Amino acid sequence: MTLIDRQAIYVIWLRDVKRFVRARSRLLGNIVQPFFFLSILGFGLGSAIFPGIPSGYRFIDFLTPGIVAMAVLFSSIFSGVSVLWDKQFGFLQEVLVAPVSRLSIVIGRILGGATTALVQGFVILAIALVLGVKISLIGFTAGVLFMLLLAFSAVGFGLIVASQMEDFHGFQLIMNLIIFPLFFLSSAVFPLEGLPYWLKIVAYLNPLTYGVDGLRSSLVGFSSIPVWMDLSVLLAFCLIMVSVGSYLFGISEV
Amino acid sequence: MDDSVVIHVENLTKVFEDSFKAVDNVSFDIRRNEMFGLLGPNGAGKTTTIKMLSTLLKPTSGKAVVDGHETMKDPDGVRKSIGIVFQDPALDDELTAYENLDFHARMYNMKGTHRRERISEVLKLVDLQDRADVIVKKYSSGMKRRLEIARGLMHYPKVLFLDEPTLGLDAQTRRSIWDYVARINKEQDVTVLLTTHYMDEADFLCDRIAIMDRGRLVIVDSPENLKSSIGSDVITVQCSDPAEFSDRLKKEDWVENVKFHESMLIVGTKHSAERIPEVVNIARDIGVRVDSIETRKPTLEDVFLHYTGTRMRDTEPNTAERMKNMHRQLTRRFR
Repeated sequence: MTLIDRQAIYVIWLRDVKRFVRARSRLLGNIVQPFFFLSILGFGLGSAIFPGIPSGYRFIDFLTPGIVAMAVLFSSIFSGVSVLWDKQFGFLQEVLVAPVSRLSIVIGRILGGATTALVQGFVILAIALVLGVKISLIGFTAGVLFMLLLAFSAVGFGLIVASQMEDFHGFQLIMNLIIFPLFFLSSAVFPLEGLPYWLKIVAYLNPLTYGVDGLRSSLVGFSSIPVWMDLSVLLAFCLIMVSVGSYLFGISEV
Repeated sequence: MDDSVVIHVENLTKVFEDSFKAVDNVSFDIRRNEMFGLLGPNGAGKTTTIKMLSTLLKPTSGKAVVDGHETMKDPDGVRKSIGIVFQDPALDDELTAYENLDFHARMYNMKGTHRRERISEVLKLVDLQDRADVIVKKYSSGMKRRLEIARGLMHYPKVLFLDEPTLGLDAQTRRSIWDYVARINKEQDVTVLLTTHYMDEADFLCDRIAIMDRGRLVIVDSPENLKSSIGSDVITVQCSDPAEFSDRLKKEDWVENVKFHESMLIVGTKHSAERIPEVVNIARDIGVRVDSIETRKPTLEDVFLHYTGTRMRDTEPNTAERMKNMHRQLTRRFR
């Protein structure tokens, strides 16, 4: 068995993309929700003054990378966790009984999840451009790198969650108890500068912070952490999530 | 190993983590192009056996060889040699039939024109060629089954596993699935291992049947031999004291075998119609009340009772569940 089976990776990726395109209501929800976040929070808090946003930048400039990160993050986690759907609907057996290495299956899933997540991120960016946020081409290119790393990490995290659960009941709990707090404490919707000391510590231990901060420094050009540090922390986090996720998926039995 | 043996199972055992012994020291051989049935009630260990043979579960002990590949040492070789239709539907119902088959073909590394040709070939085999581009969600359960059988055959497997192929289908659809399965076994040069808890299905389709009960393999033989092994005819008697009656009947030399279950007595014999008066007379002599008596050709149901001492219906946990579902449906309808 070849460890990397390109045709299998391709068709697993293709399946994810097809399902994504066909699930119109999910697609709409995934784009409308961040759009509301961006426009309502962007204009609603637009006149507030936050420490940590340099002069010359509007709040919506600050918020855009955070909402892009949100779209990428939620969509990718869902892609990882959707292994549970396949388990529930029996399709996972069809995948696992094929003469394809688990590694190829995981790679196909991760690429599929990342593709659909990036498409959603791009839609948010396009909306942001319409709302007057200025993004340079170089900034966009660097941003894509951060979006990819975020997506890979989140699919890996989703796979870890999926491997620990039998069905979807626990997923909502994990979203509410882990993902939402970490998301809000990642500087995605407000700067960390105003936080009390103990919350700041939590925020800086949160790997998402580095993803959001790196994305912000690429897309709109300011940040509170050096970019090299954002990149290294996110890269390390991504490697851990992807390898643990692949490992747990690899040893799972149907 | 004998060249004509496609599946060789030797002392196969699966003990789950909660120390439940799902499959207990099972051994059998399946010959090339045979249609082989594992027959038993739910929970007999049929699906667990299939999962071990298809490398989805690791056996606790024993071994299984499929088309020359040992499941533990060469799972990849086994996977390439087998096609499988799972008990629960395993289609992606947001994709079309064609896309489901295309997914499968690519997973089995089939390339280009060959892949496209094979897809239309197997679709034709199950008469779904006109529905190729319909989203599977819109398929009936019978069509889904046919599509899964077609998919199982895509990559020219040597062995096709069918796990309860007609579970949950109506009588008419079941018949049509039987016809497809029989035709495929005849025309496609493929050995079929199917599991079922339907006696008539095993009887109709299988060349040989292995009866399983509580993880153990009870007996393997052709349906004809199994049935004649308990007599060319059977007489069933509902009576007041089957234990005493059966002890008495065992002394008669025309009685080939006797088994009883609750108040029912089953006597295997030849020329049963002529023996009925004798049975009634003996009952009267020893003071047993006969409530009803009938004679017929033995069925697999009798075979199952004979070899396991229980009726298949009794060991079936699903009956209560089915009643509950029915009740639920009815109350929903009338609400």
